[in-house]
Amino acid sequence: MKKASLAMIVGSALLMGLFVFPLWNIELGAPQYPEPLGINIYINGLQGQSEFDIQNIDGLNHYIGMKTLPKPEDMWEFSVFPLVIGGMVGFGVLFGALGYFDKISYHWFFGWFILMTILGVLGMYDFNAWLLDYGTNLDPKAIMKLVNPDGTPMSYKPPLLGHQKMLNFDAYSYPRLGAYFMFLGMCLTLIAGYLGWKYKKASNLNYST
Amino acid sequence: MALIGVAMIISSCGNGSNKSSSNGALGSSAAEKVYVAPGQQDEFYAFLSGGYSGNLTVYGLPSGRMFKEIPVFSQFPTSGYGYSEETKPMLNTSFGFVPWDDAHHPDISQTNGELDGRWIFINGNNTPRVARINLSTFETEEIIEVPNSAGNHSSSFITENTEYVVAGTRFSVPVPQKDMPINEYKGNFKGALTFISVEPEHGNMDIKFQLLMPGFNYDLSHPGRGDSHGWFFFTTYNTEEANSLMEVNSSQNDKDFIAAVNWKKIEEYVNNGGGTKMPADYAHNVYDEGTHMGTSTMKKEVLTVDPLKVPGAVFFLPTPKSPHGCDVDPTGQYIIGNGKLSADLTVHSFDKMIAAIEDEKFDGEAYGIPILKFEDVLAGTVKSGGLGPLHTEFDEKGNAYTTFFISSEVVKWKLGTWEVVDRKPTFYSVGHLMIPGGNSRKPFGKYVVAMNKITKDRYLPTGPEMEHSAQIYDISGEKMELIYDFPTHGEPHYAAGCPAELLAPKSKKIYRLDDNKHPYAVSNPSEARVERNGNEVHIYMSTIRSHFTPDNIEGVKVGDKVYFHITNHEQDFDVPHGFSIIGQNTSELLVMPGQTKTSIWEPKKVGVWPFYCTDFCSALHQEMQGYVRVSPANSDIELSWSLGE
Repeated sequence: MKKASLAMIVGSALLMGLFVFPLWNIELGAPQYPEPLGINIYINGLQGQSEFDIQNIDGLNHYIGMKTLPKPEDMWEFSVFPLVIGGMVGFGVLFGALGYFDKISYHWFFGWFILMTILGVLGMYDFNAWLLDYGTNLDPKAIMKLVNPDGTPMSYKPPLLGHQKMLNFDAYSYPRLGAYFMFLGMCLTLIAGYLGWKYKKASNLNYST
Repeated sequence: MALIGVAMIISSCGNGSNKSSSNGALGSSAAEKVYVAPGQQDEFYAFLSGGYSGNLTVYGLPSGRMFKEIPVFSQFPTSGYGYSEETKPMLNTSFGFVPWDDAHHPDISQTNGELDGRWIFINGNNTPRVARINLSTFETEEIIEVPNSAGNHSSSFITENTEYVVAGTRFSVPVPQKDMPINEYKGNFKGALTFISVEPEHGNMDIKFQLLMPGFNYDLSHPGRGDSHGWFFFTTYNTEEANSLMEVNSSQNDKDFIAAVNWKKIEEYVNNGGGTKMPADYAHNVYDEGTHMGTSTMKKEVLTVDPLKVPGAVFFLPTPKSPHGCDVDPTGQYIIGNGKLSADLTVHSFDKMIAAIEDEKFDGEAYGIPILKFEDVLAGTVKSGGLGPLHTEFDEKGNAYTTFFISSEVVKWKLGTWEVVDRKPTFYSVGHLMIPGGNSRKPFGKYVVAMNKITKDRYLPTGPEMEHSAQIYDISGEKMELIYDFPTHGEPHYAAGCPAELLAPKSKKIYRLDDNKHPYAVSNPSEARVERNGNEVHIYMSTIRSHFTPDNIEGVKVGDKVYFHITNHEQDFDVPHGFSIIGQNTSELLVMPGQTKTSIWEPKKVGVWPFYCTDFCSALHQEMQGYVRVSPANSDIELSWSLGE
């Protein structure tokens, strides 16, 4: 159980990477931008991939009526996400420590993992909803109004994951280092649960002999 | 039929050229050697002076593509340089506003004799000045006027740690200037050799001292390097001190001199309180990158040095036939004097010169300055059989390349053996030539660029006037190969070049708006406003794709002096905005991202007058415009301004 608890502590602590590294990145490349414009998405706000990328993306997007990219104070997510992640790290470490001293069973580790997965899926859902709003909720006085072949207004929603061609831009959306830390950490907590389960099974066997 | 076709192709190949040496680009791989494919970049930067354009042009090698014209001594309507309020002070002199000069010799700053790519210096020949250009912004940052000088020709060459940039006078003149008979020139005129110190961190220039030499013409110069570091060499002509019909009267002496100046010795003399302060008027103009403004300060004094007061500091090396170019090889051992009226080159040896000085083997004196014996300092003679040698540059393999003006050719020869290795024609009348780094201890001997004075029949004719021509030779092999020629802008008098990797990575892409300290800058469009101060109206305006803030201005009156202070709020590489207004008596402005520039408009007629962006900035560039309402002088309409109302 000690090994499992240590894995639980390390795994949940790895989520702290989200406070340092970006979670996600959206990059916009075009022939006239040989160095692509990019947004790094952190749990507490957005940053340009290069210093003035946010300003320059906003500058381009105003032609099609997109809103300017949100500042941290413009979105509740940027204040709530750090609390959620911080809380989950706290609980994870606490569960690990309690497990270490055999105060709780491995079920708590699985419980933490399931909760974190649900929160993660909700986070992705929320992110996608924001992208959808950002890419489709356009200023009716926009300078350029582009429509799809069927006459519906064109959406400028960047992809949640992967590549998409948008007008003259190639948009790429991929997880970044913070997300990899989270992924690795969650895998570790899953392993922690598994190790706990194995340990429990082995000790049960020991008792029975 | 096929046979006839082949015959036509063969005959057309040789058409129009009976020079067996030039087969054209298709005869070799020349086209491949200069071809820089779309999206690829050149290997070297080349900075060609514009001569009578007063500016400096930036080209790529080997493609010969021109990238930019940097305004230096001339007004430049493309960017508003010399027209905008910030840059007008850069062209101030003791003669007032002089918006033109004759820009001759660029030289890139060095550290330990190697190009360091911080700044490039260039001289203004006509109204003597030296300019410093920053090689991260490619903008002129400083211009210092040179008093007591006339025809700043043996300039602007720099010592191997950029300690000094020199400004030797081509014309000797009375010092100080006075009203006197011209035919009393001899013995009364002086030639000032000015040593301008360069502050190591920011490059700021200051005249350290002026050496007042005999009244010869000081033509070209070159710093020593390596062992000869601490010395500077100046060619002279008109040691006859003639003052009329110079082409004959100043060409009588079989030998003129190369003046060897031990500047370290004079520096020491000056640092110990030597020299004489003399009243002088000269302008010192500095452009500040933070405020985006130039300021001009008039200086009142200059320190002069009489060479006779510093024994052992100045010597004359006799050099045949009115030497023009004065070039020192990368080791610093050989000083090459190109007698422009001769067929041969004279090479002096630095070691021999030092030995002769130590042994005091003098062959008389001129105005008290010792003349060394020609034979004692001679390292060798290059017997070339060309005519009119002018300038020499060097590669890193011990070869020298000399231009011959009269016989229109470049001659390659070996240092030490003095044998001619190769010669190639130029088209035509070549002046200077340039090898990147050829003016330093570390040349990059891959290409030589020859700069020609006459262009006829090289390109499609454009009336009697044509741009000059430059030619690129591949010098990577034993034999030179002409691989390209291209027209240049102005007179490509001389050039300096360096590897692209020295400059490209540190080239500035924008000015940071948050570093903008211009007193009339607006850091946020909400600060845009209009203020009246008597008949001066100051418009604090910002620009971003694709509008001006404000774009409607009322309350301006006929007779007002309207200052448009425009701040470009873009922070994106290569997105300037322009500004111009109808009836303006200056030029438009081109404002770089993060920069502020000011333009004056003096409305003369009542009406509603448009202004607009002159740089195609976006899909809505045409809509980037605004109006100023101009009311009669006695009108009482209040100042007001707006955007989007």
